[in-house]
Amino acid sequence: MQKDKNLVLRVEDIHKKYGKEEILKGISFEIEKGQTKVIIGPSGSGKSTLLRCINQLTILDKGKIWLENEEVTQTKKNINRFRQKMGMVFQDFNLFDHLTALKNVEIGLVRVKKIDKKEAKEKAIEELRQVGLEKQADLYPAQLSGGQKQRVSIARALAMDPKVMLFDEPTSALDPELIGEVLEVIKKLALSGMTMVVVTHEMGFARSVANEIIFMEGGRIIDQGIPYKLFTDPDHERTRQFLCKITELYGKSEEEK
Amino acid sequence: MSDINFIREILLPPVLEGTVVTLKLIVASIPLGLILGILIAVGRVYGNRLISSFCIIYTLFFRGTPLLVQLFILYFGFPSIGIFFSPFAAAIIAFILCSGAYHSEYVRGAIQSIKSGQMMAAEALGMNKFKAILYIILPQALRRSIPGCSNEIIYLVKYSSLAFMVTCVELTGAGKIIASRYFEYTLVFLVVGAIYLLMVSVVTKFLGMLEKKLEIPGIG
Amino acid sequence: MNENLALIYQSLPYLLKGCAITIGLVGGALGLGFIIGIPMSVGQVYGNKYLSALISLYVWFFRGLPVLVLLFLFYFGLFSFLGLNLPAFTAAILVLGLRSAAYQSQIFRGSIQSLGEGQMLAARSLGMKKSEAILYIILPQALRISIPGWSNEYAILLKDSAITYAIGVMEILTRANFIATRTYKPMPMFLTCAVIFIILTYGGVKILDLLENKVSIPGYGERRSEF
Repeated sequence: MQKDKNLVLRVEDIHKKYGKEEILKGISFEIEKGQTKVIIGPSGSGKSTLLRCINQLTILDKGKIWLENEEVTQTKKNINRFRQKMGMVFQDFNLFDHLTALKNVEIGLVRVKKIDKKEAKEKAIEELRQVGLEKQADLYPAQLSGGQKQRVSIARALAMDPKVMLFDEPTSALDPELIGEVLEVIKKLALSGMTMVVVTHEMGFARSVANEIIFMEGGRIIDQGIPYKLFTDPDHERTRQFLCKITELYGKSEEEK
Repeated sequence: MSDINFIREILLPPVLEGTVVTLKLIVASIPLGLILGILIAVGRVYGNRLISSFCIIYTLFFRGTPLLVQLFILYFGFPSIGIFFSPFAAAIIAFILCSGAYHSEYVRGAIQSIKSGQMMAAEALGMNKFKAILYIILPQALRRSIPGCSNEIIYLVKYSSLAFMVTCVELTGAGKIIASRYFEYTLVFLVVGAIYLLMVSVVTKFLGMLEKKLEIPGIG
Repeated sequence: MNENLALIYQSLPYLLKGCAITIGLVGGALGLGFIIGIPMSVGQVYGNKYLSALISLYVWFFRGLPVLVLLFLFYFGLFSFLGLNLPAFTAAILVLGLRSAAYQSQIFRGSIQSLGEGQMLAARSLGMKKSEAILYIILPQALRISIPGWSNEYAILLKDSAITYAIGVMEILTRANFIATRTYKPMPMFLTCAVIFIILTYGGVKILDLLENKVSIPGYGERRSEF
């Protein structure tokens, strides 16, 4: 367990039930520093639930999670300390509607990390610059486009200097033309060495950015491997079926372009 | 005696004194009632089962019974178990408790109308529930509850008149005393009415300006 | 404790007669408010600007004054001034009704306006006169939408009815007070009084909710007012 110093996140045998239905039936995987793992799979396979179990927004029924060799699941009290080290980006952005873009990025620093206000503001502006939005700093979420909102939410999560970033279908709620700008930011982040778990339907993105792709269905990991392998010669028939259907969908639109 | 003289010399002095009492009543009860309302709303939405149930029962009682009955219980009922309130104190306590219940419903509705994603995002950043409620939920919920709470505040300005029913001589009481002494009910209460209309208009205008000032594109 | 319970038990018949008075007050006021309120709301939305201004003045007056002041003004003042010798009960219904009309007219006005222009346009394009359109198209919808607001008005009127104590109407609170002062037992009496009001308030609202369900049109459920 203590072996790998490079292991950022380790997830072991996660089970989660909602009422009578078991959504997660024993998920295990691990990520090393700097890796990007992309989770794909049909709706209802439990992908979002899995991410929320990792930062304990949803309490899991059974299983363990380690962040940098510290067990997250043991501590009920200090969960907030762990959450600060895990950045989460939501499908619905969930920007704080009553705060400007700048304040959205600042608030975690000021209220949670208790950083000096001046320092926090400087850091916040820098994070917004990194995602290309320093000019929109004083705008409110209602005044931003979907793509801009999502980029602010990425800046907000990054400002906390997390050890791992969790992306929950970051582009699913965006208009097609806005997806590109967000994927650019995420790609840049991956290339800069951030450890990331990304749940997405964007296959082109998955292929180009993932170190490993995990295919989930019905609450279980069906298949995992490097992108090339999964897309060209997967071990499991189900994986092949799923990817064929998806690539058909996306493949067509690539041609039309 | 002509009407104008009557108004100026006999009516106005006590009525203005009464108005001062009314103003004292509302200045004391409005902010405290609002704060109580916020606490009850937060307790009801985020509290454990015990706190939540208490808040529900509290709201049920104070919204289900007339303010006048609550006043009578405080001023006439409590002495029988050894607790004595002055008319002014009884009035203020009743106003705070009663308007608190109404405010709490508006604030509660506003809190529940905020998407759950806001709380999730706050917790994802590492905020505990208390911080999330204080810095993320309430600033938005309070803006949304301004119309309803403004409504309740204006109600209180008018219902402060009931303080007279427990012998606290505010504006209405002062009017009644003069009116019954001189048999000039119509004139007196038209004047008293005019003063209430003035107070209500001023408060409405003020609250409208406040709402405009707190406006944020996208909420409020 | 036992003697308190006994007292409550003995007072119930007397108090329940007060209930009848209270319900009469509320029913009468709601009804009067309804009859006056609907034409007022129609006048405000579809009338000319003088009519509209007049109605707004009425609403401003009756909503701006406290109930207590209105009761004193009318019962002790205006009614005598006009030579009317009305008993307190009737006077109370009149005053509460006129006031309720002010509030109800705004509820209906809001509902009518929330329907949007389209309904009136469609009705007129079929050849209906304005009055027919209002009667057969606008009002049936507006009234259904108004039920939550109306239910709220019921609860408010019920509680305001206690204020008629001030002009001597023999409703629930007046009677409770009567017994309390004679038996020196204010707490049990006023608490009982409170319980009766709670039952009437929530019971009444429940009934109105059932009514709303009965007359609801599929798909209209979205327009809940906040209260």
